[in-house]
Amino acid sequence: MSDPGFFQLNVRALLGRSYPRVVGGMRELSWIFFETVLPLLSIAAYVFIYKAFLRPNPSPDQLNMVNALIGYVVIGGTMTAFWLNVLWSMASQLYWEKEVGNLQLYMMAPMSRMALLGGMAVGGMFMTSTRAITTLVVGVFIFSIVITITNPLLILAVFFVTLIALYGMGMMFASLYLLYGREAWNLSALMEEPIFLLSGFYFPVKALGQAVAIGASIIPATLGLDALRQLMFSGGGPGSQFYFFSPELELAVLCVLAAVFLVLAKLSLAYLEKLAKREGRLTTRHQ
Amino acid sequence: MFKQAAWLGWEMESNWTEPGLFLIYSIIKPVAGAFILVLMSYVALFLGTGNQDLGKSAQFAYLFVGNAFFIYVANVLFGCFQVIQADREWYQTIRYVYMSPINFYTYIVGRAASKVLIATIATAVTLAFGVFALHINLTMSLWDIPLFFAVMMIGLLCIIAIGLCLAGLSFLTAKHTHGLAEGIPGLFYLFCGVIFPLSVLPGWGQSVGKALPITYWLEALRRLVLPGSQIAQVSTGLEQADLAVILALLVVSTAFFFLLSILLFRLTEYLARKAGLVDMMTNY
Repeated sequence: MSDPGFFQLNVRALLGRSYPRVVGGMRELSWIFFETVLPLLSIAAYVFIYKAFLRPNPSPDQLNMVNALIGYVVIGGTMTAFWLNVLWSMASQLYWEKEVGNLQLYMMAPMSRMALLGGMAVGGMFMTSTRAITTLVVGVFIFSIVITITNPLLILAVFFVTLIALYGMGMMFASLYLLYGREAWNLSALMEEPIFLLSGFYFPVKALGQAVAIGASIIPATLGLDALRQLMFSGGGPGSQFYFFSPELELAVLCVLAAVFLVLAKLSLAYLEKLAKREGRLTTRHQ
Repeated sequence: MFKQAAWLGWEMESNWTEPGLFLIYSIIKPVAGAFILVLMSYVALFLGTGNQDLGKSAQFAYLFVGNAFFIYVANVLFGCFQVIQADREWYQTIRYVYMSPINFYTYIVGRAASKVLIATIATAVTLAFGVFALHINLTMSLWDIPLFFAVMMIGLLCIIAIGLCLAGLSFLTAKHTHGLAEGIPGLFYLFCGVIFPLSVLPGWGQSVGKALPITYWLEALRRLVLPGSQIAQVSTGLEQADLAVILALLVVSTAFFFLLSILLFRLTEYLARKAGLVDMMTNY
C-alpha cells in the first residue's frame, strides 16, 4: 500500500478525528435528550423575564418588541450550545487528551496537528448543530416567535462564518489551555457566564454600551448574534437604538476574525510542539 | 470526618488551583450571571416604559434577590450529585473512599460544604453589588435576623437533601452529571419563581412551582430582605399566604426531602452494591 500524499493524509486525519464526534453524538440517546431539551429550560426562564416586565395590556408595538426579545433569547440560547462545545470539546480537548494519554500519539503521528484540530471542529460543529437546530426549532414553536427573513443567503453566510471563527478561536485556545495545565478546567468554567454577558447572548449587545460591545466583538459570537438578530427580526425588532453595526460590516469583521484565529491557532500549535520537544513535560499527566 | 471531606471537596472542586484564584473564578461566574439579568431587565424596562432606573423597579428587585440566593441551589446541588461520578469515573478513587471508615452520606455532605462556602461569598458579593451599584433597597429588622439565618439553614438543608437524592440515583446511572447539572437547577430556575413571579407561568406551571420547596425558601427570603411595600407591588402568586404558612410549608417539605434522601440513598447504595455498580466505569 503506497503512502498517502500530504493532502490525502491530512484529509484522512480530519475525517478520522471528526468521526467519533459524528457517530458518538448519536450513540447515547439520553445525552441527545439532555442537550436538546434541557437548554430550553433556561431559555424559557429568560423568556419569562421579558414577559414579566412587559406584561400588562401590551400595545401591538410592544407585542412586536416582546416577540423580538424572546427571539433574541432563543437564538442566543441556541448559540450557547456552540460556545459550550468550543470551550469543553475544543479548547479543553488537548488537555483531556494529555490526561488520557493520547497527546503523545498525536505528536508522533505524521499528520498536521491542524488537521487533528480541524477534525475536532468539524465533528463538534456537526454534533452541536443537530442539537442546536432542534433547540431552535422547538423554541420558535413553543414561544410562537414570528421571524421575518429578508436575506436568507446573508443569514447562512453569517452563521457559517461565525461558526468558523468560533471554532478557530477554540483551536487557538486548545494549545494555550495545554500550557495552563490544571487551570484549563477553571478557565473553561470561567468563560461561560461572563462570555454570555459580554457577547449579549440574551439581550442586544449594544445595551452594554458601544465601547464594551466593540471590545466584546473579539468574541465571534458577539457580532454573529447581532447580525443574525438584525436579519431575522428586521420587521419588528427593538429598534435601531439597540442594533450594533450593519450585518454586512459584521460579516466582514467575522471573516477577518476567522482568518486571524486560524492563523493564531497554527502559530500556537507550532509553539506548543516546540515546547513539547524541548521540555518533554507536556505529555505528563496530572500537572 | 466531615472536616476532611470538606477540605478534600475544596481541593477537588478547585482542581488544586490556588485558593485565591479559585475564589475569584467562583465569584465571577454568578456575578456575571446576575449582570445578564441586569442587562435584560434594563432593556425590557427601557423599551417597555422608557424608565432606566432599575433600582426603583419592584420587579427587578424581586428577580435580583431571587437570582442571588439561587446561586446556592445551583452550586450546592451540583456539589452533592457530582461526587459519585467524579470519584468513580474521573478520579477513580471511589473504591478507596468507600472502603474507608467514613460514612459515605457524610462524605458527600462534606464534599458539598466547599460549594456552600463559595455560594455564600458569591451571593454576598452579588447582593452587595445590587445594593451599592443598582440601589436595590434591602432592609431587615433586628428581630428578623435570627429568622433569616434559620430560613437559610432550613433551605440549605433542603437543597443538600435534594442533592443527596440525586447523588443516590447517580450510583445507578452512567455519566449523566452534566445533564443533571443543567436539568435539575434548570427546572427549579423555571418553576420556583426565581427570576420572575410564579403568576407569569401558566396554571400547570404554577402548580409545579407550588410543589417545590425552593419556591417557599425564596419567597420567605424575599419577604425578609425586601421592603414590604416593594413585595406588595409584585404579583408573586403566593401573596395570599402569610410568612408563617410559607415557613411551615418550607419546614414540612424540607423534612420530607431529608427523610427521602436517607431512604433513597440507602436503597440505591444497596442496589449498586448488589449489582456491582459502586466502582462502575462506563468509559465514555
